[in-house]
Amino acid sequence: MIEVDGISKRFGKVEAVRSVSFAAEDGRITGLLGPNGAGKSTTLRVLYTVLKPDGGRARIGGRDVVTDALAVRRSMGAMPHGAGLYPQLTAWENIAYYGRLHGLAGPALARRIDDITQLLNLGEFIDRRTKGFSQGQRTRVALARALVHDPQHVLLDEPTNGLDVMATRALRQLILRLRDQGRCVLLSSHVMQEVAALCDCIVIVAHGQVAASGTPDELRRRYAETDLEEVFVRAISGVGERP
Amino acid sequence: MKTLWTVVGKELLDNARDRRTLASALLFGPLFGPLLFAVLISVVIQQSVSDIERPVSLPVIGAEHAPNLIGFLDRNGFEVEDWSGDAADARDAVQAGRVDVVLVIDPVFGERFQAGLPARVQLIQDASAQRAARNVNRARGALNAYSAQLRALRLQARGVSPDVLRPVVIDDVDVSTATGRAALLLGMITYFLLAAMLMGGLYLAIDATAGERERGSLEPLLTLPVTRSTLLVGKILATCCYMLLSLVITLVAFAIGLSFVSLEELGMSANFGPQVVGLGFLLMAPFVLLGAALMTLVASFTKTYKEAQTYVGVLIVVPTLPILFAAFLSVKPSALLMAVPSLSQHLLMTALIRNEPVDPGHAAISVVSTLVLGALVTWLATLFYRREGLMG
Ligand SMILES: Nc1ncnc2c1ncn2[C@@H]1O[C@H](COP(=O)(O)OP(=O)(O)OP(=O)(O)O)[C@@H](O)[C@H]1O
Ligand SMILES: [Mg+2]
Repeated sequence: MIEVDGISKRFGKVEAVRSVSFAAEDGRITGLLGPNGAGKSTTLRVLYTVLKPDGGRARIGGRDVVTDALAVRRSMGAMPHGAGLYPQLTAWENIAYYGRLHGLAGPALARRIDDITQLLNLGEFIDRRTKGFSQGQRTRVALARALVHDPQHVLLDEPTNGLDVMATRALRQLILRLRDQGRCVLLSSHVMQEVAALCDCIVIVAHGQVAASGTPDELRRRYAETDLEEVFVRAISGVGERP
Repeated sequence: MKTLWTVVGKELLDNARDRRTLASALLFGPLFGPLLFAVLISVVIQQSVSDIERPVSLPVIGAEHAPNLIGFLDRNGFEVEDWSGDAADARDAVQAGRVDVVLVIDPVFGERFQAGLPARVQLIQDASAQRAARNVNRARGALNAYSAQLRALRLQARGVSPDVLRPVVIDDVDVSTATGRAALLLGMITYFLLAAMLMGGLYLAIDATAGERERGSLEPLLTLPVTRSTLLVGKILATCCYMLLSLVITLVAFAIGLSFVSLEELGMSANFGPQVVGLGFLLMAPFVLLGAALMTLVASFTKTYKEAQTYVGVLIVVPTLPILFAAFLSVKPSALLMAVPSLSQHLLMTALIRNEPVDPGHAAISVVSTLVLGALVTWLATLFYRREGLMG
């Protein structure tokens, strides 16, 4: 369970996030949807404890992301925008490094990496150094790395970035499986169709604010539109540059 | 603790696979110094040794009047040759610079000598000729020595101690030439050691901070249940490992390189055996923490790899400043100076190489103060690493 309560964050003059509130339930997939620069990544960065919010509070699994950051990180797997792998290490070593820092070791770690290799179909390049990997390969390794410790909370910033059709399908199936296992999945995207196809709950953000939120059906009903894209356009145009 | 070693292990492995890091840690840093040094010192030795040992040719007029003196000169590195012309020719030749000096022995030299009267010789020379001064001085020195030897014999024959006539004894200490240059060169060893150590850790320190951020691998790393201080200390320790490796290689390279040049010929009792390698390692090693922490601190201030390279590159020069000061002011080791990192290592190491006694108290102050300062900078670096701006 992720509870976000009025968080805000500014970078100098830019108010990237202004009092954003929403909740992401366990056993559900929640999508942060918004145009470029809406503040999706900034919100996620606050949640995965890399940035401190200027105001507001956020809790993950009941623990505060600022005051109890280490505990939050233990129950969380995050994939920031851009994979950020170590090019001199193999895919296996990249994943293992994160596993070890999460306290896994020995056969348990090896078994876990085997599982995830199967799951994300990394077998072909698992023992290659990640230098020169294609973007899709990098994203898949980064995803495996984020999930190596089997986290309860999964935060993914634009996870389908650079994935081909097959990899996108595999990722979707993986995310659905995580949901069915009772995990709390929060992902960001600016692609309406993707969010509509996958998410149980959509949080539309624009200009650093929540423009609308709810299940896809709720949103359609509220805006009296059958097309979610129209909902999206109307929701974000309802939020002014400077309200 | 286990996480710390995980971080150290990963950084070591990651960088071991980077050719540039490896080359600078194990090759360029450690081998450049000793190589340059060996070349420099053999040039110096060749110059000075040949200066000393090359026999000075000494034209003599009237050699037959003083066979003993000629024999003495022969034994003391002079090539005595008969001057073909007369004294007037000799003067012209010296003035024209064709010869440096000509010795003229008085025809009555033998008689006066037998009678115990002052026997005369002439040294024809041009005092304004700089180039000739060296050979003139050597000739004069040899004549004085001969004279002193005879004086001592005569006094002893009369039952008087020769020391009576030596109220003041002058010992020349020559610092201008070979010995001085050798001392300066030996002082450079510490500089090379420090530079090699820093070079060894340079790329790892940059890669682990600025490089990690630029590659985008820092952000996911910070979502792991590891404190930033642990991450940073791990990176600093990994840097220390590379620096220690560089230090060992450099010391061994010096030991091997210097075993081929005989420093004794320069009047230096420089030794660089296994004992110096071992003790030198113990004396220099504490600097590793300080160097690694400083480089990491500076590198984590910067935004990009390139920027980090610039600033950390400048940092490598910093430890040489105290050594330069020491060379100019020719400071003597003291307890206070032992608290200054790099300077204390320099003074101790130089003493070690010169086979002078190393004060254990001084060594202790150096080790402790350098380690304390290293820990302090490490702490500062962790404070800095915790700051949010790190993520940009
Ligand atoms: N480190 C930073 N320094 C300055 N401004 C920033 C920083 N990070 C984000 N911003 C600004 O904050 C705003 C929100 O950025 P954010 O990255 O959260 O958007 P986003 O919704 O993830 O967009 P996208 O879909 O393009 O990824 C933007 O205007 C951005 O320029
Ligand atoms: Mg983004």
